[in-house]
Amino acid sequence: MFDYETLKIVWWLLIGVLLIGFVITDGFDMGVGALIPVIGKTDDERRIMINSIAPHWDGNQVWLITGAGAIFAAWPAVYATAFSGFYVAMMLTLFALFFRPVGFDYRSKIEDSRWRNSWDWAIFAGGVVPPIVFGVAFGNLLQGVPFILDDFLRSQYQGGFFDLLNPFALLVGVFCLTLFVLQGSTWLQMKTDGALRQRARLVSMICAPLAVVLFALAGVWIANGIDGYVITSIGDLNGPANPLLKTAEVQSGAWLANYDKYPLTMIAPALGLLFPLLTWIASKYNRSGFAFFCSSITQVGVLLTCAFSMFPFILPSSIDPNFSFTVWDAVSSEKTLNIMTIAATVFLPIILSYTTWCYMKMFGRLGKEFMAKYKHSAY
Amino acid sequence: MDDIVDLSRFQFAMTAMYHFLFVPLTLGLAWILVIMESLYVMTKKEIYKDMTKFWGKLFGINFALGVTTGLAMEFQFGTNWAYYSHYVGDVFGAPLAIEGMMAFFLESTFVGLFFFGWDRLSKLQHLAATWLVALGSSMSALWILIANAWMQNPVGAEFNYETMRMEMTSFADLVFNPVAQVKFVHTVASGYVAGAMFVLAISSYYLLKGRDIGFAKRSFAIAAAFGTAGIICTIILGDESGYEVGDVQKVKLAAIESEWETHPAPAAFTMIGIPNQEEERTDYAIKIPYALGLIATRSLDEEVTGLKDLMDEHEVRIRNGMKAYALLQKLREGDDTEENIAAFEELKIDLGYGLLLKRYAPDVVDASEEQIQMAVDDSIPGVAPMFWSFRIMVGSGVVMLFIFLFAFYQSARNTIGQNKLFHKICLYSLPLPWIAIEAGWFIAEYGRQPWAIAEVLPTYMGASSVTVDQLMFSIISIAAFYTVLLVIEIYLMQRFARLGPSSLKTGKYHFEQLENKEG
Repeated sequence: MFDYETLKIVWWLLIGVLLIGFVITDGFDMGVGALIPVIGKTDDERRIMINSIAPHWDGNQVWLITGAGAIFAAWPAVYATAFSGFYVAMMLTLFALFFRPVGFDYRSKIEDSRWRNSWDWAIFAGGVVPPIVFGVAFGNLLQGVPFILDDFLRSQYQGGFFDLLNPFALLVGVFCLTLFVLQGSTWLQMKTDGALRQRARLVSMICAPLAVVLFALAGVWIANGIDGYVITSIGDLNGPANPLLKTAEVQSGAWLANYDKYPLTMIAPALGLLFPLLTWIASKYNRSGFAFFCSSITQVGVLLTCAFSMFPFILPSSIDPNFSFTVWDAVSSEKTLNIMTIAATVFLPIILSYTTWCYMKMFGRLGKEFMAKYKHSAY
Repeated sequence: MDDIVDLSRFQFAMTAMYHFLFVPLTLGLAWILVIMESLYVMTKKEIYKDMTKFWGKLFGINFALGVTTGLAMEFQFGTNWAYYSHYVGDVFGAPLAIEGMMAFFLESTFVGLFFFGWDRLSKLQHLAATWLVALGSSMSALWILIANAWMQNPVGAEFNYETMRMEMTSFADLVFNPVAQVKFVHTVASGYVAGAMFVLAISSYYLLKGRDIGFAKRSFAIAAAFGTAGIICTIILGDESGYEVGDVQKVKLAAIESEWETHPAPAAFTMIGIPNQEEERTDYAIKIPYALGLIATRSLDEEVTGLKDLMDEHEVRIRNGMKAYALLQKLREGDDTEENIAAFEELKIDLGYGLLLKRYAPDVVDASEEQIQMAVDDSIPGVAPMFWSFRIMVGSGVVMLFIFLFAFYQSARNTIGQNKLFHKICLYSLPLPWIAIEAGWFIAEYGRQPWAIAEVLPTYMGASSVTVDQLMFSIISIAAFYTVLLVIEIYLMQRFARLGPSSLKTGKYHFEQLENKEG
């Protein structure tokens, strides 16, 4: 269908699509989770918040599962090195993710305030920890990760858990949490009413400007304090994918080079800076649907900015840049990419259509009447 | 390194077996919900809707933990089996990614509509959602079992020395792997049995307590029919027909039977005995003539290879593997003359056997005779655990066959509820499917040892470069989480099971009727 080189780009894009699906949909689930003990004052309010995402959270989480599965299948070396290198961070994310499915389903099955409060904090952890860890992970990708490859291509991570928690990575972690909370609060503006909606609106109006500031700060930091990576030589892009067949080096300002080379990519950071402001305006004027839309575009802009800055790098090695994983050499074989491209071409449109149908069927605000009617069957 | 491999194996075994406490019930119960709701739509009787909703509630409690523990499975290939993921991701990753796109999305999106869409969808739309949940869960089993079957019998892939990993050569071979097909039917059908036994046992509890009789009888009859079909499929289309192909599958079969020597066809089946690994024989064996030949090869003239002969074959392949390894080193050092490439291509099928030596001789090529012998001894799993797990699995299966047949007979004769003793047996048989299923997975996975990917990648090689401290942290935390979650799950499950359909708060069922009378 395509040649190998094109397929490599296609899968870079497709993994981007899956991650965008994740930040938009599971982003609001996690944001809502993070807000439950913060703006849910009564048990009914908390239940309304949970039930606003009840029919969707499981489907939304599949964007994460399929994203990770696609990274496994398309970039096995990246999946192996990132998941094992960030071992403790991944385990913490996993434990936080444990809380959500059981939290949602079990919380309201017993009428006891201690039981319910405990689950609320568990769901809170499930909403707060993953975005911070994802942010910290991206923060570290941008700085390079200390790993080496032996001659069997076995990767060995040489840093510790606390090395991950450097100032820049923590900034990205907080930024990512802010984005997810923004996403969750605009969702709640759209799905709830009364006092709860007003509180969600307030959260959006705080998070939106905060997102702009943090995004700009990260950008300035990258421009001035963080060196990027460049490939200095690489063989045939249609040849066998082996990270050891290229050379690369650290170069200051390299993470901005793509914007010079392809000016159109400037759209991504522009979206990331402009759309939080539009989210703020939409929230201020109570246009909750539009606020949610703008917040979603913000997520897309930020994620693409990160991808465009690093292209073609995925996981640079800070110990020896030659070991770095890139779009060209950390990928699966041409045959595997071809087969998965066919699968994605068939299934992604189907997935998007039935997901849309499902959202349409569950459309509408939830209020006190909802809780009264579904006291025994809702979450 | 040994510690890290052992701890990683322990963690994987723990999380996989735990995950599979919940998966079979999801697989089976989903179709039982389909049957109940289809009856509701066809007959318009409210009781079938109540049945769908009540058993759906229990389905939900189980489903939540299935999802939770599934996440751990997906993360773990990368966190704990990084070299495995790198080495075979090109082949193994694809079915997982396709599973996500084809099955998980379907199941997870429509399960939301199943629980919360009752008043938002038409009857037929809701029924369609339920169907899609069941279809999605069974399809996800299909893809993960294709991936697992490839670990047992790695067809359609070969080693590429330029990328230092296994690469796919035929997707069709991967999908139509004969091991995958039997594995799918056997595993999914056993899940259906678990779902049926669950409904059968809990319905029996209501019948024994004498409450919600109509509800319980209908549930019992559905479970009896579905379970009978399920257990017959599980047994007849059993996994053993998949044991003819691939070396490791043959090893498993011989280990299950504790069959040390190759006997002339048709082989006898060792009913019971004491496997003796050191002496390489089976003590106190009681044998049934012809039976093994029939079970394993479906014929009377093919022989079943014994473990000793298999180990002799392994020794030859290990020695070839050493040569392949030496050639690979030459190629990697840049000495890639056509001659070397051709020689490597010819021997690379045994490269994996050479890697078995890594544990004893890190450089492989300089392994001593003694080290080679150690690798040969390692090339089969422990026979006694295989022998006994198989008998536990088959024993549980046979007991369930009788239970379901009798239950089916009762529903055909319309005598459900009359035989108290039988309902007691049904209630206490609830753990049987889980015992059989866990034993079955143990046979499949432990039986594949020392391999992670049969004949390709030793488990020893597959682990991540992590530390013992990190592993202790994850094992202790996961064990703590899983214990707490299991306690909570069982608490909720038995609470709602005891409450029965009264938990729907429709006012129609036992406890609410009781309240109304008293009030």
